[in-house]
Amino acid sequence: MTVTSYLGAIGAAQREAMEADERVIIIGEDVEANVYGTMGGGKSRADKGDFLQMFGSNRIRNTPISEEIMVGAAAGAAMTGLRPIVDLSYSTFLYMAMDQFINQVAKSRYMFGGQASLPVVFRSAMFYGLSTAAHHSDRPYPMFMNVPGLKIMVPASPTDAKGLLRTAIDMDDPVLSFEACLLWGMKEDIEDGEFRIPFGVARTVRQGTDVTIVAISSAVPQAVLAAQILETEGISAEIIDPRTLVPLDSLAILNSVARTGRLVIADPANRTCGAAAEISAIVSELAFDCLRAPIIRVTTPDTHIPFSPAIEKQLYPDSIKIAEAVRKVTSARIGAGAPARRN
Amino acid sequence: MTLANDILLEMQRRMLRIRYFDERASKMVKRGEIPGTVHTSIGQEAQVVGACMALSEIDYMTGNHRSHGHPIGKGAQLGPLMAELVGKATGVCGGKGGSMHLADFKVGSLGESGIVGSSIPIATGAALSSKILGTGRVSLAFFGDGAANQGCLYEAMNLASVWELPIVFLCENNHYALSTPAHTVTAGVIAERAAGFNMPGVRVEDGQSVLTVYDAVRAAVDRARANKGPSLVEVMTYRFNEHSEGLRLATDYRNAAEKESWLKRDPVKMFRSYLLDNGIADASILDQLEAEVLAEVEDAVQFAEDSPYPEPSVAFKDIYTESFGGTQ
Ligand SMILES: Cc1ncc(C[n+]2csc(CCOP(=O)(O)OP(=O)(O)O)c2C)c(N)n1
Ligand SMILES: [Mg+2]
Repeated sequence: MTVTSYLGAIGAAQREAMEADERVIIIGEDVEANVYGTMGGGKSRADKGDFLQMFGSNRIRNTPISEEIMVGAAAGAAMTGLRPIVDLSYSTFLYMAMDQFINQVAKSRYMFGGQASLPVVFRSAMFYGLSTAAHHSDRPYPMFMNVPGLKIMVPASPTDAKGLLRTAIDMDDPVLSFEACLLWGMKEDIEDGEFRIPFGVARTVRQGTDVTIVAISSAVPQAVLAAQILETEGISAEIIDPRTLVPLDSLAILNSVARTGRLVIADPANRTCGAAAEISAIVSELAFDCLRAPIIRVTTPDTHIPFSPAIEKQLYPDSIKIAEAVRKVTSARIGAGAPARRN
Repeated sequence: MTLANDILLEMQRRMLRIRYFDERASKMVKRGEIPGTVHTSIGQEAQVVGACMALSEIDYMTGNHRSHGHPIGKGAQLGPLMAELVGKATGVCGGKGGSMHLADFKVGSLGESGIVGSSIPIATGAALSSKILGTGRVSLAFFGDGAANQGCLYEAMNLASVWELPIVFLCENNHYALSTPAHTVTAGVIAERAAGFNMPGVRVEDGQSVLTVYDAVRAAVDRARANKGPSLVEVMTYRFNEHSEGLRLATDYRNAAEKESWLKRDPVKMFRSYLLDNGIADASILDQLEAEVLAEVEDAVQFAEDSPYPEPSVAFKDIYTESFGGTQ
């Protein structure tokens, strides 16, 4: 076990994958100089350009600032024998390449009747909460959840960042990895050497009996804080981190809700048609009978992200809002006045 | 370049395949036997075949909505193509692509595209594979004069140039993007745009001559294969049919005199005369070739007719390499 940061874990997964398979390459803006600190493959942010020395300029390639060709060329390369990792830096830059993502990356295998497979990973960082304002602060994974053909990972811990990314690189389908900058510095003891975490398997972050909190990305540590506060109030919260949104481990969520009877979903994306909305719909459709209170979503409201820290910080799901939502669902009374909180 | 007689005859065979296939497809659209519409390459056969024959079998190719000629030119079998047009299970894409999204990976056809310009990055990526893996394969991206105004082309040309990728950007300039004359929406000469990306750009004025097209594309392919990087080739040509079959516009944007003058330069007829005049084949051989290809097209139609439709479950196949419930 080695204490490793979220960012270091991403680097380690990339390094190990590149060592294991010559077909893995990394392309993106400023990747040669390791500007974002994920091209060092060490315990933490490496000095500079380690990967370039390790793997050479044939496999580590700076691109022009041309997101559309980056994404499309990676798709074409994946269809013909390479296993590219595309570093798109900020998640909002994905919008520049929407046609390639949706019409080519997501659809090629399907439209061509299975002739193509696209082993390619698109990594990007969500910089919300850091005063980067509207052009650099989105959490856009829900719009991609609406596109069949793409897989989506949203790791919330160094272990998950490393294990999921390795699975993504080894996988034959296109994967979008949304990495939260608020988590970059998070450190924990992680397993040494190569390991993989399967897609579609949620992590139970904390066990509890009164309420299920499904938390996504940077909302996971906030949910943990909330659960600690709630414990002092006598409320036992179970926290589930889906880790991948496509595929989504609905079963883990449904099973947990079946036990607790209450659901709060904490999702840093915007509210309308967000991941929380989808999870809420699944639970309402399939586990309505188990619910002892209405589902509550704690999301970012449908607004753009303002620059000033004075008005930005209030927008995201935090421990206070999550705890408040839990208090609401646990005190909700259903039916003939029986308190819903205790079974 | 002097080519062996069998290659010249193969060129004519492939041009005839495109001509007869598309003529047949046009009829089938009008009779309702093909759902939706098709975009034919009738009139553009020399431009398609000249380019495809300059590639080798292992080379990659992408195309656009004017889609049947490209895989046919690259050597695809007609039966699975026709079955795809009618939406059958035996179609080259199992009935999920249809006319505008043909792909036949067996012959290096990595996919046509219904989105104008969108397949150009895919061809560029295939060239990157070739470069990194050292396979010696060349990529060729077919696109129209209309697509020449899409930004992704210039992102692709720039990247291909700085990375010296083995790719040929092939612009099929048939003078119109649907009803829009190219000169009204296109600044300057498309081929000359290559200069801005430090790559050769040539315009083939006589795109109705398969040998002229072949020579120009062959030079670009040889250059790519010798690791000297990309080229842009613009081929001037004309589509004889409407933009798509069955399309009727209120105004005729192409005047009769223009159409007539191009119809005189029918690439299939011109090459037949060339083969006769140069003693490469006599009339009986060429007649026989035409009969063979006609029969091949009829066989393809028969194959398509005899084939079953895909099972409903096929609509949910191949979204991913493995199946999972999605979010259901
Ligand atoms: C991105 C996009 N915009 C518009 C269309 C509609 N459309 C289909 S074909 C076409 C004309 C394309 O012209 P060109 O590229 O010259 O090809 P041609 O049809 O002449 O072979 C248009 C506008 C489309 N399919 N995709
Ligand atoms: Mg055109």
